[in-house]
Amino acid sequence: MITLSDVHKSFGDNHVLRGVDLHVERGTSMVIIGGSGTGKSICIKTVLGLVTPERGTITVDGQDVTQTRDRDAFLARFGMLFQAAALFDSLPVWQNVAFRLMRGSLKRPKDEAREIAIEKLRRVGLTADVADRLPAELSGGMQKRVGLARAIAAEPEIIFFDEPTTGLDPIMAGVINDLIREIVTEMGATTMTITHDMTSVRTIADNVAMLHGGKIRWTGPVADIDAAHDPYLDQFINGRAEGPIETVR
Amino acid sequence: MRLLAGIGAVTLGLLAAIGRVAMFLGATLTHLVRPPFYPREFALALLNIGWLSLPVVGLTAIFTGGALALQIYAGGARFNAEAVVPQIVAIGMVRELGPVLVGLMIAARVTSSIAAEIATMKVTEQIDALVTLSTHPMKYLTVPRVLAATLAVPLLVGVGDVIGIFGGYAVATGTLGFNAAAYIQNTVDFLELRDVVSSLVKGAVFGCLAALMGCYFGMNSGRGAQGVGRATKGSVEAAAVLILAANFVLTGVFFSV
Repeated sequence: MITLSDVHKSFGDNHVLRGVDLHVERGTSMVIIGGSGTGKSICIKTVLGLVTPERGTITVDGQDVTQTRDRDAFLARFGMLFQAAALFDSLPVWQNVAFRLMRGSLKRPKDEAREIAIEKLRRVGLTADVADRLPAELSGGMQKRVGLARAIAAEPEIIFFDEPTTGLDPIMAGVINDLIREIVTEMGATTMTITHDMTSVRTIADNVAMLHGGKIRWTGPVADIDAAHDPYLDQFINGRAEGPIETVR
Repeated sequence: MRLLAGIGAVTLGLLAAIGRVAMFLGATLTHLVRPPFYPREFALALLNIGWLSLPVVGLTAIFTGGALALQIYAGGARFNAEAVVPQIVAIGMVRELGPVLVGLMIAARVTSSIAAEIATMKVTEQIDALVTLSTHPMKYLTVPRVLAATLAVPLLVGVGDVIGIFGGYAVATGTLGFNAAAYIQNTVDFLELRDVVSSLVKGAVFGCLAALMGCYFGMNSGRGAQGVGRATKGSVEAAAVLILAANFVLTGVFFSV
């Protein structure tokens, strides 16, 4: 469904992506792992058009994403949970969740949009009383849940999760991991998740890809990661300081 | 040689910056006439830029008008021309001080707030989130603010002009011994339509520049708290300089003949 072929992206002298090839099948959950600053977030941002690659092609259902004529309809197929939730400070929680349902091609009447927002908030374990609060009044875990509710509000076919458990305590991280797995299974969505958290990988992933040196170093089913004889993958998943991946001390 | 290279680099940098701002203005104008429109965002911007700026504009204008009356009286006394206070206060406030001071107060209050807000949205990925939610940031953030400032600031200038003249009137009639009715009559008789039109046109241009700079620097902010700080500082500096430069050009256009 989503294919990246030979994708290159640089920021000045920093060549972040040096020929990424990746394929994500419809209805599956792909988790991209890799060290900090290896370009994992850039990968998903290129698919959404937030970052334009210098070389290579990205297709969704065989269609080149740079050639999409109706950008609104294209983006309506996606939902995204940002690393720090990226909630709009000036809007109450329910309007954040229902943002897409209040404007553009998916616009609904205000009451209906609010009802859907409250239902999605319930789906991520939040009660209706948070609906009228501002994002700044919520804890980090609650903000992440609101971000998750916003990502699924319009029931998109494809959902991206950018470090969904970063900055959360282990229990809240577990709750978010389980929620993502449940929601993905329930909705049958195609997902790409970026994480460093191996518990997330094992809970969320159908397939795993490891990004290192600007390329996909290893990819395969999650069940195979422990048996894969790749020294880079082995070092990463076991969190070892010694190995082929250079660490700065 | 090194000096020449330095001058060349600065000139090229300046020209590139002017080009980027011109392209940003072009994009704003293009999105201004193409749907979707965001009336709620426009109304909120109008409230913030127009209504909520009234106290600071009013206070600036009244003190300036009062000080202007005192200065003109003292200066005029040197050649027995104290009686021109109403006329000079009116022309000074309406032609120059009203629009320029309101423009600079808007740059301080509104440009900084727009730049800081949008820059924070950028560094916290809220701008990216807007895009993923099928909402163009130029349409949702820039167009409502620039349009609201372009419409609201001339009204603020008009209010500032009146309050400034009132400040001069209060000082002149309260402490300098001017007759109230004669002061008002002199003010009204002396002002021309061209003075008022130039004041309002300046207000519209200054409002547009102030909001545009806030949006431009916010959208092009660097990372982190330092990026937000730099964007805010740069936006106010650029808006203030552009307002003063535009004032010079507009004064030339309206009054050079």
